[in-house]
Amino acid sequence: MSKTEPTLAKRSSRAAAPERTLDTRDVLPAIAAVTGAICVATLSWATLGWHSVPGVTIVTLAVFVAILTAAEFVREEPPPTVDVAAVEREELTPPPLTVVREPEEAWSPETDRPRRRRAFRGVDLAEGLVAALSGLAVAELVRVVIRMQSLVGFAIWWYAAFLVAYFLLVRDRSNVEAAVDRVITVLVWSVGLLVTSVLVWMVAFVVAKGLPRLSWHFFTEDLSTVGPLTPGGGGKHALIGTLEQVGIATIMVVPIAILTAVYLHEINGRLARPIRFITDALSGLPSIVAGLLIFTVVVQGHGFSGFAAALALGVLMLPTVTRASEEILRTVPDTLREGSLALGAPRWRLVRSVVLPTAVAGLVTAAILGIARAIGETAPMLLTAFGSDTTNTSPTNGPQSDLPLMVWKLIREPVDAQQQRAWTGALVLVMFVFLLFVAARYIAGRNERRLRRAS
Amino acid sequence: MSVDSGNMAATPALDDVPFTPVDRPTGADRTYVWVTTAAASVSLIIVSATTIFLVDKARPALASAGIWAFFSTSVWNPTVGRFGVLGLLLGTMIIATIAMVIAVPGGVGMALFINEYAPARLKRPLTSVIDLLAALPSLLFGMWAFFALQKHLIPAARFIAARLAVVPFLRQQDQALTGSSFIAGVVVAIMVLPIVTSVTRDVMAQVPRGQCEGALALGSTRWGMIRSVILPFARNGIVGASLLSFGRALGETIAVALILSPVIKVNWNVLTQGGGSIAAFIAIHFGEAADLERSALVAAGLALFLLTFGVNFLARLIVMRTVGKE
Repeated sequence: MSKTEPTLAKRSSRAAAPERTLDTRDVLPAIAAVTGAICVATLSWATLGWHSVPGVTIVTLAVFVAILTAAEFVREEPPPTVDVAAVEREELTPPPLTVVREPEEAWSPETDRPRRRRAFRGVDLAEGLVAALSGLAVAELVRVVIRMQSLVGFAIWWYAAFLVAYFLLVRDRSNVEAAVDRVITVLVWSVGLLVTSVLVWMVAFVVAKGLPRLSWHFFTEDLSTVGPLTPGGGGKHALIGTLEQVGIATIMVVPIAILTAVYLHEINGRLARPIRFITDALSGLPSIVAGLLIFTVVVQGHGFSGFAAALALGVLMLPTVTRASEEILRTVPDTLREGSLALGAPRWRLVRSVVLPTAVAGLVTAAILGIARAIGETAPMLLTAFGSDTTNTSPTNGPQSDLPLMVWKLIREPVDAQQQRAWTGALVLVMFVFLLFVAARYIAGRNERRLRRAS
Repeated sequence: MSVDSGNMAATPALDDVPFTPVDRPTGADRTYVWVTTAAASVSLIIVSATTIFLVDKARPALASAGIWAFFSTSVWNPTVGRFGVLGLLLGTMIIATIAMVIAVPGGVGMALFINEYAPARLKRPLTSVIDLLAALPSLLFGMWAFFALQKHLIPAARFIAARLAVVPFLRQQDQALTGSSFIAGVVVAIMVLPIVTSVTRDVMAQVPRGQCEGALALGSTRWGMIRSVILPFARNGIVGASLLSFGRALGETIAVALILSPVIKVNWNVLTQGGGSIAAFIAIHFGEAADLERSALVAAGLALFLLTFGVNFLARLIVMRTVGKE
């Protein structure tokens, strides 16, 4: 929207009165100038320690005048208003629309693509900079006045003051909607950058802590012969435990989950509603409660074992894989089902030969994502596998360790060497999750390409 | 078909014999239905087994402490058999609430960032990274928070304590600020943030693009478009994602256990050291607990189970009602 277009003013007295009344457009630059001047005075006097009365006065006055001039320079005249009533009585002809800018080249469909982003103008940058500077000045003022020491507090004040200043600046140049839009844009970008950097920081921290001691020994040695202070040792026992427990859980759960999904989507029997509800409830089951369940059912009779841990993992994996599988079955086109039924296939042949083969890639992805979630579960392991420092290859006989359990036990020991081992274990865990994730993505992507080619 | 059956009986030409598809299940079909139903009942069995076994094992402790006292007091004294989880329950809720206050706006903002604001080239990588982070074990978040994040959060906690001292929950008089509910809540928030983002982003991606373009074409600003098109469309998804992660936050064990200094009594002052969390409490105490205390811990687990079950139930109710209204 161009500023020079005449806007139809509301039928108000202001439209009739040609002389301008005082509005925020006049008051705000003055306030900004005063605030800026005070801030600069504080900055130079208290922060920079420039204790010269004439010097500070001159600089302050200069800033005052500069801000007022800049405001006058930046300000765009409000569009001329038109007396609607007069136009309607045909006493006045509306001023002709003026073409703001001639198109630089002839129109062609190739060049005229919808563009969302506005042309970036120097004024936009100036607004941002001015707002940032005034925010800085306000934060500094606050720091001096309340004797704030923390850097975090300063940053928060700066950010808040910047937002307010930015809002006022944009509102004065355009309107409230545009100002809200800009402020939200700033907020969303801040959230995006903050979240991304925090998460990157986390992963980088784990990698940086774990990488120095990652070696082949981690995969070939266990902790049975090393003391807390002696070097060496590895996570072989934990690795074996993790592979066995997660493997058993997967073998048990994936068929059940897929069959449940088939029941929910293909048969949709009387039990479908309650089972869907229960699956939802089960997906919110805290992992520690799953551990407690297996503890009371299995461990109290048969003792700690890797198999008990696998059962607990299974309880946690079941709802995730079931729901993901149901989503996948939903993507199988109904025409395929109708086609095979029309050819006379019984229901079970329909599922076996049409639905499952079509959905297999998605089902594998669902299973892999379930595994990725299960592999890092720690809490239920405390109550089921219990953990040990020696290699126990038998999942049914006695306590077994696994990666999360080993990391959890070692990280809580106040000894450097043990914590080092924990970080290495954590890195291996991240690598596992990462590999599973990449595999899931690859399979899903390949399947998508295949489907696209087929259609 | 029944209308012209008489006609057909008169001239029984082969082509006119009506074909009635029979949907009589074969024997294999019956087996198939039976097998899938059995598989589907596993979930039912698990939930009922959880309830029955937990109640059964919790009985000794509940009998010793009294059911009413168990849920209305804050004590933990295994030697005399007195237990009460009120403080732990409230502490769990406090941490989960703090996590939600941070994670829901953060997650929705992040979803908006990925879908609407970030450069198109970054969209796919960001989505992948967020999905990956949603799958990372909470143990890693806890470790990172304990060794890297905590010391940077303390100035923030001090700032909040200094500036918002009017609010009674935030007052502190030079107490230790490590191991507080606030820090645990922030960690849980960072942990569930990818989950909120991932679910919300999925829902927002389904907004009909034409409606967004329409809003923009009518002269709406980008925020105006988001407020009037995307957010109403995604509202149910956002509510669902929030409650899903609220349940996750209630049950979060390991990250909280690493950070929080556990206390039995409720500590309303969220910025100072000490807080309650049922899940973390069970994880820490289970190893060295004797029989009666184990039973009490199982009872605490039962309380947590009922709490999360209730939240889930509420979530479904809210989502169903908002869907029904439209």
